[in-house]
Amino acid sequence: MPERKKPKLAVFKFSSCDGCQLTLLDCEDELLALVGEVRISYFLEATRKVEKGPYDVSLVEGSITTPHDIKAIREVRRMSKTLVSIGACATAGGIQALRNFGSVKEFIRKVYAHPEYIDTLTTSTAVSDHVSVDFELRGCPINKYQLLEVLNATLNGRRPNIPRHSQCMECKANGVVCRMVAAGEPCLGPVTQAGCGTLCPGVNRACYGCFGPMETPNTASLAAALAAQGRSRDEIQRLFRSFNANSDAFRKEGDSHG
Amino acid sequence: MPGVDASNGAPAILDKDGLGQLIAALRTKGYRVVGPRSADGAIVYDDIDDIEDLPAGLGDETEGGRYRLRKRTDDVLFGYTLGAQGWKRFLYPPRQRLFAARRQGAGFQVEAEEGEEAPMAFLGPRACELAAVALQARVFGDKTFPDPGYQARLAAAFVVAVECGAAASTCFCASMGTGPEVTSGHDIRLLEIKGQRFLAEAGSDRGREILTGLSLSAPTAADLKMVAAARKAARAGQGRVLDRDTAAALQSMPDHPRWDDVAARCLSCGNCTMVCPTCFCTTVEDVTDLSGDHAERWRKWDSCFSVEFSYIHGGAVRTEAKSRYRQWITHKLSTWADQFGSSGCVGCGRCITWCPVGIDITAEVAAIAATRKGTQG
Ligand code: SF4
Ligand code: SF4
Ligand code: SF4
Repeated sequence: MPERKKPKLAVFKFSSCDGCQLTLLDCEDELLALVGEVRISYFLEATRKVEKGPYDVSLVEGSITTPHDIKAIREVRRMSKTLVSIGACATAGGIQALRNFGSVKEFIRKVYAHPEYIDTLTTSTAVSDHVSVDFELRGCPINKYQLLEVLNATLNGRRPNIPRHSQCMECKANGVVCRMVAAGEPCLGPVTQAGCGTLCPGVNRACYGCFGPMETPNTASLAAALAAQGRSRDEIQRLFRSFNANSDAFRKEGDSHG
Repeated sequence: MPGVDASNGAPAILDKDGLGQLIAALRTKGYRVVGPRSADGAIVYDDIDDIEDLPAGLGDETEGGRYRLRKRTDDVLFGYTLGAQGWKRFLYPPRQRLFAARRQGAGFQVEAEEGEEAPMAFLGPRACELAAVALQARVFGDKTFPDPGYQARLAAAFVVAVECGAAASTCFCASMGTGPEVTSGHDIRLLEIKGQRFLAEAGSDRGREILTGLSLSAPTAADLKMVAAARKAARAGQGRVLDRDTAAALQSMPDHPRWDDVAARCLSCGNCTMVCPTCFCTTVEDVTDLSGDHAERWRKWDSCFSVEFSYIHGGAVRTEAKSRYRQWITHKLSTWADQFGSSGCVGCGRCITWCPVGIDITAEVAAIAATRKGTQG
């Protein structure tokens, strides 16, 4: 019996820590089912076997930080039927987008013995700032169930069930007590998209905002509430400037507390 | 002191041991007992094994956007006002699988849901909370489209209500006519008076049956005086009032300037709807496995504060925070009456306490009421 033609899956990496693509390998129980449905054609972290494009589904991790990245991401787009960017780096520029708020020249001079070898852009930006993206999967790192859901939906030709509402709704559904209201902690949950599985509030820690801005983030109102808690402008700016510092909403809010 | 006979329904005194016996009796009868516990800096309703699980000597302080657990100077077991969330999550779980299906030829075969849930016994519902359960029972008891799951869980549940002996600054059940006295919806009602002693009364036959088996004593005149004082304090101590005339009229004010004002503060986070014991909106999600051969349909709590919630073919109809807040408060306080015959708010104040920015339903109504003075009769 000839093998059914399976869709080809590719995983690409740009500037990132590899945590998001590792999430795919982390799908231990589901991995066998996954390779039963797709053909892993390009995934350097998992296999040296490389197949040429085009690919049916490409997962792209990492942000665009060098002139070479810009060329490479265009090539990836050209070879991919469906392109899904995964993680805070690929969807917002990641923690390395903190460079966007400082002087890259200065950083390079301080960090590298031979700054002349370094060829980099002055910004770290999202994949969607350079090519069109079919779906952006948030998180630092992404959540494995959400990743499976996106793959699953893509393979089955339906829309992924990835809510864009606040982290608060997930906290409440999970019966987790609000860190902001009950402990007075500075929490980004109300302006952050749900999806992590309530990792931090679930262990009594306010949300850091790994999943980036929710659909309608009222960051100004949250910042005012944080100020009323006694947080300084600097603290508030730092809260917004982390993994998703360069997402539109968080960047603007952070900038306004300079 | 010799025990009293509770079978005639007369109020009796139940002490700490008696309460322990009550919990044990419910467990022996096969109930999963759910009651207050202290966890993560708040009172939450969770499974209770015995009386030691109850939050002795703990109270709560609430304000708009602020909740703090406090040590009390006494050792009362129900010295807090309300748990962080109500009983909704037990009667109406945040995620429910409606059905599973397997592909069969060109169609699919629906698989039966298996597994009986143990009946629950609720230890501690307050008057406002029972009023909320009654409101949701009406919503889910629609003649044409009842929710069998909700109805079955509620019918099986045994309710040991605990009346309030004090109120919080965010409470306003008195202005909604839903409390603080417990008048219906209970099998047993308790009121804690000093020293972990309770006035106990049956509200149903099964309540009477269970009470009869416990060691009870007759209330003294001093006990009854304390009961009356506690009821009075719970009424007098409420920190909020809702202007019900203005509340009912909200549906005639879609263009009120206050909506812009509140929209500037509202985070659209949905906390208010999640903690509200009467909010019932859900979304339905279909999921498939990777092969596409197996599908499930899930019902999940949703909120009128999410954009997706108002998605109708072609787009969302409530794209602005202003229209989402207006929808919530107008439905809750005004159009709910057209739909279900009463206000949708029971005055528990949870939406005030658990709003991260302290938006206060009573204050929003008061602000609108202030603009009506003089312009309307
Ligand atoms: S910081 Fe927020 S988004 Fe990140 S893991 Fe914690 S709760 Fe989730
Ligand atoms: S609207 Fe607020 S006060 Fe009224 S029942 Fe809901 S949570 Fe309680
Ligand atoms: S009123 Fe408060 S709790 Fe409700 S959505 Fe707005 S900010 Fe969130």
